[in-house]
Amino acid sequence: MTTFPILSVTTFLPLVGAAFILLIRGTPEEVARNARWTALWVSLITCVVSLFIWFGFDSRTPDFQYQEEAQWIADFGITYRLGVDGISMLFIPLTTLLTIICVLASWESITERVREYMVAFLAMETMMVGMFSALDLFLFYIFFEGTLIPMFLIIGIWGGPRRVYSAFKFFLYTLAGSVLMLLAMLAIYSEAGTTSIPVLMTHRFPESMQTWLWIAFFASFAVKVPMWPVHTWLPDAHVEAPTAGSVILAGVLLKFGGYGFLRFSLPMFPVASIELAPFVFGLSIIAVIYTSLVALAQEDMKKLIAYSSVAHMGFVTAGTFTFTPQGLQGAIVQMLSHGLVSAALFLIVGVVYDRMHSRLIDSYGGLVSRMPAYAIAFMVFMLASVGLPGTSGFVGEILVLVGLYQVSPVAAALVATGVVLGAAYMLYLYRRIVFGKLTKDGLAKILDLSPREIAVFAPLILLVLWIGIYPAPVLDVMHASVENLISQIDAARGSALAMAGR
Amino acid sequence: MAVAVVLLPLLGGLIAGILAFATPANHDARHTVDRLAQYVTCAAMIVAALLAVAVFYDVAVRGNVGTDDLFRWIESGTFEVSWAVKMDTLSALMIMVVSVVSSAIHVYSIGYMHHDPSIPRFMSYLSLFTFCMLALVTSDNLVQLFFGWEGVGLMSYLLIGFWYEKPSANAAAIKAFLVNRVGDFGFALGIFATYLMFDSVDFDAIFQAVPGKADATMRIFGGEFHAITVVCLLLFVGAMGKSAQIGLHTWLPDAMEGPTPVSALIHAATMVTAGVFMVARLSPVFEYSDVALTVVTIVGATTALFAASVGCVQNDIKRVIAYSTCSQLGYMFFACGVSAYSAGVFHLMTHAFFKALLFLGAGSVIHALSDEQDLRKMGGLWRLIPVTYVVMWIGSLAGAGIWPFAGYYSKDIILEAAFASGTTVGQFAFWVGAATACLTAFYTFRLLILTFHGAPHADEAVMARVHESPAIMLWPLIFLAIGAVTAGFVGYSAFDGEGADRFWGEAILIFDSHPALEHAHHVAPWVKFLPLSLSGLGIAIAVLLYAIRPTLPDAIARTFPGLHKFLLNKWYFDELYDMLFVRPSFALARNLWKTGDEAIIDGFGPNGLASGTLNLASRAGALQSGFLYHYAFAMLAGVVILVSWYLFSRLG
Repeated sequence: MTTFPILSVTTFLPLVGAAFILLIRGTPEEVARNARWTALWVSLITCVVSLFIWFGFDSRTPDFQYQEEAQWIADFGITYRLGVDGISMLFIPLTTLLTIICVLASWESITERVREYMVAFLAMETMMVGMFSALDLFLFYIFFEGTLIPMFLIIGIWGGPRRVYSAFKFFLYTLAGSVLMLLAMLAIYSEAGTTSIPVLMTHRFPESMQTWLWIAFFASFAVKVPMWPVHTWLPDAHVEAPTAGSVILAGVLLKFGGYGFLRFSLPMFPVASIELAPFVFGLSIIAVIYTSLVALAQEDMKKLIAYSSVAHMGFVTAGTFTFTPQGLQGAIVQMLSHGLVSAALFLIVGVVYDRMHSRLIDSYGGLVSRMPAYAIAFMVFMLASVGLPGTSGFVGEILVLVGLYQVSPVAAALVATGVVLGAAYMLYLYRRIVFGKLTKDGLAKILDLSPREIAVFAPLILLVLWIGIYPAPVLDVMHASVENLISQIDAARGSALAMAGR
Repeated sequence: MAVAVVLLPLLGGLIAGILAFATPANHDARHTVDRLAQYVTCAAMIVAALLAVAVFYDVAVRGNVGTDDLFRWIESGTFEVSWAVKMDTLSALMIMVVSVVSSAIHVYSIGYMHHDPSIPRFMSYLSLFTFCMLALVTSDNLVQLFFGWEGVGLMSYLLIGFWYEKPSANAAAIKAFLVNRVGDFGFALGIFATYLMFDSVDFDAIFQAVPGKADATMRIFGGEFHAITVVCLLLFVGAMGKSAQIGLHTWLPDAMEGPTPVSALIHAATMVTAGVFMVARLSPVFEYSDVALTVVTIVGATTALFAASVGCVQNDIKRVIAYSTCSQLGYMFFACGVSAYSAGVFHLMTHAFFKALLFLGAGSVIHALSDEQDLRKMGGLWRLIPVTYVVMWIGSLAGAGIWPFAGYYSKDIILEAAFASGTTVGQFAFWVGAATACLTAFYTFRLLILTFHGAPHADEAVMARVHESPAIMLWPLIFLAIGAVTAGFVGYSAFDGEGADRFWGEAILIFDSHPALEHAHHVAPWVKFLPLSLSGLGIAIAVLLYAIRPTLPDAIARTFPGLHKFLLNKWYFDELYDMLFVRPSFALARNLWKTGDEAIIDGFGPNGLASGTLNLASRAGALQSGFLYHYAFAMLAGVVILVSWYLFSRLG
């Protein structure tokens, strides 16, 4: 192929940048400064490149685009294969944008081992972009699991006081999940004889096998999402992670699970997906109601937002398994929206944490009188989080619920209670932090957003409103791929029914 | 042109919003910024109002109905929604009422908020609020309606909590948003049900498809239900929240924590009328469900009486008027419930004028009394603030439904229609409505007398500072007073008289089998006179109790302490909800967290496993190396297994 390998470039550019940063020499201050600037430029360029993927994307076809193929481990039939379709494409600009924001958000708050920190983030960017564009099972596995290494380091080295416990928990959960996924991949391999994802997506696995494979993948994805009851690693990981770590964790890593369902569970195991959908709905409903309630009781801002993430991802899983255009598109939009909004909310926490070094809600109050710009940024993301029409959160939630209602009105009603509860915990949080009289010690001189912080929030605010008011460009991109996926599932449903009828 | 009406307040609001961030160097610069924000928002609003009048003429009189599609919003499968501005008589009327009343409130706010440090922010909120309401009433689909619906909810949250340092204002703001969200939850389900049924959320498509689905059923909780009834009831839950009907009304009286112009804006022209508007807009759907209409009637009538009964004993001047709003909205709903939608909308319009007048008048009183809101500390003001006194009289007469003021005409036609509907619930609504008319007149005049007559109860320092409001506040009052006098007899024939059919065009559908409005014009004379005389009776009682024998009210309260406390505490709704929902939610939340997550899931899951593997881990060294090493090892092992499996299956 003579075309420009844009996916490989987007994937590996950050890694090249990381290598470059490792070469920086000089006094510790110089190294830190150069590492920051290099990371910023690399992430900016990567983001610009990734936008060209979007610009050149043909949204009329459900096929994989920008495909790249190279023999890798030829003897074993493993190929280096990249490509994106309407489901995966938008996650790449999301990842590259959030990486820039992470670099900016860590500009002043990270002062130790800056070089290693930036290397970890750029390496992670490579893994994440690679995960979304991998079209080979083996390659996917490497990227999917590989992300955890930098994330580990970020929590473990730059994390808070309980980082040992948190990282340990993270480790146990994910390991349990990925062992099962690995077994499933082996089974897929032996059954289909290929590791090519496009081929596997059209391969018809025997129904008896589908259920087991589905469950094995589910174990891994459910931990990632995370779904109730395997969510308890998330609040701890967030609390201990540095701000940018939380941003990338909430913004991109959680999407791995949702993406995994769309890329593997639905197309490869449609019959099992249909059969087990009620089980997913059940878990999603519990996730939404349970974690929303738990969020209401939190005293730590980061924990509250972490729990709200679980609730919002409950919408994603519920929408995915409706197999309706609205449910699926809603799930994807909800993931993109949550990527922006929860990332922004962690940044919002980070802003005051950097100033006051406390995550406790009780140590704040009345910030609006000293920090009006902060208050309005917080307000926008709070509203997006509660799904107010005109913000990105609404588009995702309403589409998911429209889809879910067609499958089960009762399930939709139960999930929709999350909308009321979500408003309750977010408004309650906002009131305790932003409104009221500013009386707490140390707050009297707190400063409003700096220009750097405004630069961090401005693009996020614009995107949240843009997707909220004019989501058509986003929805158009995924339209064809989603329709294709649904017709695949419908075909499977049809033949399964025919089999049963016989 | 209609598009401009909707967008002008948005533009004004955004400009004022940007001005709110200006940090002027000195007092004069601050003043200039404030002025600029006021001028921009008021100018945008007044131009919008003038355009709205022109649009109304164009649409309602010359019949130029139509829809302007702006751009696509959400499209997924057959779920297609656009941003649009729909114009028919109902929308045109609403944008006119909303923008005209809102203009008056904008201008009034210049005077009322004079001393406030955040003027640009306030003006911005007012304009954005108006924009959301305009987007709501001009929607051509349920989802944009929902945008406006939630939008006014948000803006009211911001406005009620405008004085953010007051804990009570914050609590009221959150309460308003949450109670509305509960309603919106129902509304959203209604949208989903509509889409499932009609495969569209556009009004025109829905209305066309309704006849074909008249007998369709829907399966919920294992039972078969009449689908249109389900849809209507779900949507009506939203209307109950937004229009503060019994059960979901608790936020409205608390909303009085906001600045008074906000109360006028929320309670007169916008937001609370959204529910009534929605039912009228969806008349082609509600007509197909007698059950839904019956529910609407009962809820409306009950709210009318309940709120009026509470209004009789409240001591905060704004709370009395707030309960009055609840009660009047009840009238509008039971009008819709007996298929007299146009009567409901008519009352919505007259009410917009006299209620905005009453609130702004009350604001003028509060302003004069140095922010005193307690009726027991007022009295003897009428000579001191004569203009306010006169306009309050006009507002009160209109509110009490005395001929020839605006409220008389609209309330009259509603009660006649209820009586003429020929149904049992219609009769119920009529009698309840008539009794409520008596209570309405009573509390309205109680307020008037306690405020302006009798001996002054404020202390001398306050009384010495009592002054009439500035002209910038009085002119809007006079303007609204003219509306409160004339809106009734000017509108009557077009809305519900001879020209009604031509006037409404296709905006409202009424079945021939629901002839309440037809028959309303032919009811026995006593049906007309009974409410009017009951109103007179209410006024007489108020005069007796508060002007002639001022010791009597306390004596009555002492004689019936239970009843008095019951009313004073607003039928204990707040306490009930606190006990049923708020406390259990927080208790459950803590339990799920501490027991569910920490004790059960973590206890048996990771922590349980952890204690088993911790040994291993500690031997492996520090975390960074230890777990990473384990992890990488596990991954490598995975790769090895993968490769070996492959080799075995190939070679073996």
